[in-house]
Amino acid sequence: MTPAPTSPTSPGTAAPAAAPATEPSMSAMPLVSRPVVGIASPEQSATSFIDAIKAGKPVTSAVHPSLLKADHIVKVDDFQLWYSQNKALHGVTMGFPRSKVTAMIGPSGCGKSTLLRSINRLNDLIDGVRVAGKMTLSGDDVYAPKMDVINLRKRLGMVFQKSNPFPMSIFENVVYGLRIDGEKRKSVLADACESALRAAALWEEVKDRLKGSALGLSGGQQQRLCIARAIAAEPEVLLMDEPCSALDPIATLKIEEFIRSIAGRITVVIVTHNMQQAARVSDNTAFFYLGRLVEYGPTADIFQNPMLPETESYVTGRFG
Amino acid sequence: MPARRDNPTARVTSNVLYLICTVASFVIVGVLILITGYLVSIGISSISLDFFTRVATGDPNDPGGMKHAIVGTLMLLGMASLVGVPVGILAGVYLSEYADDSGRLNSAVRFTADVLSGLPSIVVGIVGYELLVVPMNRLFDIKYSGYAGAAALAFIMVPIVARTTEEMLRLVPGSYREGSLGLGATKAQTILRVILPAATGSVITGVMLALARVAGETAPLLFTALGSRFLTMDPSQPFPSLTAQIYTYATGPYEKEKQMAWGGMLVLIAILFVLNMLIRYVAHRSVRKFQVS
Ligand SMILES: Nc1ncnc2c1ncn2[C@@H]1O[C@H](COP(=O)(O)OP(=O)(O)O)[C@@H](O)[C@H]1O
Ligand SMILES: [Mg+2]
Repeated sequence: MTPAPTSPTSPGTAAPAAAPATEPSMSAMPLVSRPVVGIASPEQSATSFIDAIKAGKPVTSAVHPSLLKADHIVKVDDFQLWYSQNKALHGVTMGFPRSKVTAMIGPSGCGKSTLLRSINRLNDLIDGVRVAGKMTLSGDDVYAPKMDVINLRKRLGMVFQKSNPFPMSIFENVVYGLRIDGEKRKSVLADACESALRAAALWEEVKDRLKGSALGLSGGQQQRLCIARAIAAEPEVLLMDEPCSALDPIATLKIEEFIRSIAGRITVVIVTHNMQQAARVSDNTAFFYLGRLVEYGPTADIFQNPMLPETESYVTGRFG
Repeated sequence: MPARRDNPTARVTSNVLYLICTVASFVIVGVLILITGYLVSIGISSISLDFFTRVATGDPNDPGGMKHAIVGTLMLLGMASLVGVPVGILAGVYLSEYADDSGRLNSAVRFTADVLSGLPSIVVGIVGYELLVVPMNRLFDIKYSGYAGAAALAFIMVPIVARTTEEMLRLVPGSYREGSLGLGATKAQTILRVILPAATGSVITGVMLALARVAGETAPLLFTALGSRFLTMDPSQPFPSLTAQIYTYATGPYEKEKQMAWGGMLVLIAILFVLNMLIRYVAHRSVRKFQVS
């Protein structure tokens, strides 16, 4: 069954083109009073959707109704990002539902990592990055001038494509976030270490060698250690950028099990190029193409009953 | 398509090049063995317990030992490191972690550091005399001093430590920086808790390279610390060093003192040898660290 279109809008009125492409500002734009999302209007639907993107015409994302009324912990509104002169995100509008797992899929280079790294403002580290539009975390404006980036990042955990344990002991890796907050009490650190390692399903394997170097662990163990490190300080959202792309199937399975086990407690946003993985671990899936959100809906619908033929041909592997 | 042809000249050239390279490397090793062998054969006779436990007597017939000079060199190296190592490391951290690579100021700093590390030591000595010894004489009534000597050595150490630190910090994977900043660490926390510890071995290598370089310096010390035949712990006085003592003895007229100079050179070479072994050991270990990750 195809979800009924909610508030279809013509590209003209919903166009995020209101933001001047020549002069983006770091300051957040006010929320425009317009339908946040809708499905493509007839003239851009079907096969013409991707043609419209390629022609640089404004397009409207197809968002399934259940995601319009969800309780979103992260809200993205007409968010745009430039790497110097190259525009990588063209007005993305979406929300990430609280305590759910959201997968971001799409061909490589479509801006998944860019959007993920915009949430914790890691893109700030890259010279020449400019943004426009709005992004909030639990109602706090992420790009507001008064936002303290250090505190913002403390509220978010991040797991990278390539595991990056620090060259220190397993224990010190896990409690790194607490250490930099100035936590010195041994019992607090030890408890946090144990529960994070248990959550990441690594405790049994490393409990006797917590003082040993993290670099002595296998690739899969290193990635689970990075997960433990990211969740030890109990972030509001866990951001994962293709966390399994360098791992073998068994290590991948363990990480997928971890994601399912914390679903419902922590909000997870996971970028993946593996369609089966998105289908297995996520509640909702967002499909991106060329810096735009194309379709966003419950994972089962995206994979079995997408609104757009483009989404269907991507998830069935016919293009991308 | 033209057929490939055999080219006999290319084979001959190839063999000749191989031969020349082999001969050149044997010559280098041979010369090194020759010098070291010569030093050992002449200097070894003056190495005795007295050499390490007695100070200079001033008596040409019984010159005593080199204890004052060995202690003096070690103290000068220690004092120079006290200033040169932290300043050098901080400058290296600045160049690698804070400086904007394209900035004019930073390429100027880097260029200056490179020029300074190649500065002829006689220049350091005379500039040190004009800028340290003369003003200190005016202000504090101190003439040649251990302070001035240590400062001159520190001046030579800073650019070496700074540039090696910079190079080594650049080798630390960027994923460490992103990982730490992503966890909400400040830049300073990232540098102090992750980047510098990750590069400790390599930074130590840079420090030892700098020490090896200044341990053998003579000219900068002759113009600043001067040298002394007394064992002293007071850096506001003219200060003894192995190199200055070797210079004094070797240029003097007395046979027994010349003999002491040979012994001093042997000890100096031994110190440099040990330092280089340590550098290899530490560098090898720190390179392994990154290979695991
Ligand atoms: N550091 C960067 N500097 C310049 N362009 C970048 C940078 N990172 C990504 N891009 C560009 O932004 C676009 C989106 O990249 P990215 O977000 O990494 O895609 P994805 O994660 O979906 O594969 C690509 O065209 C890529 O070339
Ligand atoms: Mg990516």
